[in-house]
Amino acid sequence: MIETELGRCVASFYPGATGVTGAAKLSGGASQETWSFDIVHASGNVGAILRRAPPGYGAAPGRAAGLDAEATLMQLAHDAGLPSPKVMHVLTPDDGLGRGFIMARVEGETIARKILRDDEFANARPILARQLGRVIAGIHGLPRAKLPQLRSMTATREIEDLEREYRSFNWPRPVFELALRWLRDHDPGPSSEVTLVHGDFRHGNLIIGADGVRAVLDWELAHFGDPMEDLGWICVNSWRFGEIDKPVGGFGSREDLFAGYEEAGRRADPARVMFWEVMGTLRWGVMCCGMMQRFRAGPDHSMERAMIGRRASETEIDLLRLLAPRA
Amino acid sequence: MQDEPTLTELIKAVADFLRSEITPAIKGHNAFKLRVGINALDLVTRQLALAEESDTAEAARLKQLLGVDGSLAELNRALSEKIARGEVDLKTPGLSEHLWQTTMDKLAVDQPNYASYKREFGK
Repeated sequence: MIETELGRCVASFYPGATGVTGAAKLSGGASQETWSFDIVHASGNVGAILRRAPPGYGAAPGRAAGLDAEATLMQLAHDAGLPSPKVMHVLTPDDGLGRGFIMARVEGETIARKILRDDEFANARPILARQLGRVIAGIHGLPRAKLPQLRSMTATREIEDLEREYRSFNWPRPVFELALRWLRDHDPGPSSEVTLVHGDFRHGNLIIGADGVRAVLDWELAHFGDPMEDLGWICVNSWRFGEIDKPVGGFGSREDLFAGYEEAGRRADPARVMFWEVMGTLRWGVMCCGMMQRFRAGPDHSMERAMIGRRASETEIDLLRLLAPRA
Repeated sequence: MQDEPTLTELIKAVADFLRSEITPAIKGHNAFKLRVGINALDLVTRQLALAEESDTAEAARLKQLLGVDGSLAELNRALSEKIARGEVDLKTPGLSEHLWQTTMDKLAVDQPNYASYKREFGK
C-alpha cells in the first residue's frame, strides 16, 4: 500500500514523524494523482497532500510544466507571501513513489457551487474578486530570475494551437469558426510585458475559506506570456456556475478584480482581458470536444466524459453573447 | 414498424426509477455518477422530442444561406469553411440569426438550465 512508502518517505524529511494515516486518493488520471494523508507525529498529526506521477510515468505531456516546476513555483509563491501551500518535500528516486512532491494540506473549499451558495462563504464572496486581483498580481510579479524553465506563449501561438487542436477533431462547428476568425482579427500582438502566467486561475484550483482565498493550486499550465491571460480566464462564463452577472467566478466584478490588481502595483488592460476571455471560452469549448473524442476513442469510456461533450454548446452560446450580442 | 412503448416512454420509465428508487440509496462518488447518468437519459428524451424539427429547420436555413444542397453535416462543413475563409461573416444577412437559432436549439437539448440559455430564451 502507498502508506508504507509514504511512511518511509515522511520519516526522511519530517523529524519525529512515525508514519502516515488516512491516505485517500482525491483525484487521478492515468499519469497524475493527488493523495491526501496525515503525517503521524507525537505533537499532533499534520495534514499533507501528495501530487505525483506514479512510477513508470516519464516527462509531463505537451503543455504541462512538469511536477518539479510546479513544486518550485508553489514554493516561490509561498515564500513571496502569496496564498500557496508550503512544499514539504520533492520526491527523489529513493522514495519509490514516482515523481512529484508533498505539500502542506490547506483546509477550505474548492467546489464552486458551495463557494457561490453556502452561508459559510457569504462574507468571502464580496471581497474575493479584489483579493484575487492582488494575488494574481503577486504571481505575475514573481522574480523572473528564480523561476523554472517554462514554455513561452503569445496570443498568436495560442490561437494557432487552439485551431490545430480543433481541426484535428474534424468536427466542423460554425460558431467555433466565427470565434477563431474573431481571435485572428483581434489578435492584440505581443504583450509589452511578459510575465509568469498561472494558466489555470479559476474555481477548482483555488481553496476558499470563510475569510477568502487561502491557496492557489495546480500550476500544471504555468508558462511565460501575457499576464492579461489569467485575468481573462477567470472571467470565462463557464466558471460563473449560473451567476452570469458576476463575471469573476460568479462572485465579483471585473472592476474589483482590476482594482485589486492595480493596488498591487500592476496595470490591467481591459481590452486585452476581453480578448483572453473570448480565447478562454473557445478553449474550454475545444477541451469539451477533446474529452468527447477521448471518450469515443476510449480507454476512458465514462458517462462523465461523454456528457462533457454535450457542454461544448454552452461555450457556443457564450461566444455568441460575446461576439454577436442580441438586443 | 417497431412496437410500443416508444423509446421516450422506455427511457423516461428507467430515468424515473433511478431518480426515485435508486438515488436515495446511493452515496459518495457513485451518487454523482448516477446523477450524470440520469441527466444523460433526460438529454436523450429531449433530443428525441426536439431534434427532428430543429434539424429540418437548420438544414433549410443552411441551404438558403449557402445556396447549395446536402446533408446537415455537409452543409455545416461548407458554412464552417466559408466563415474560416472570411467569405461569410456577421455582416452577412441571416448568419447571426442562423447561428443563434441553431445554438439555442442545441442548448434546449443539451442544457436547458444553463443560465445563458435561460437569459436568451424568448429574446
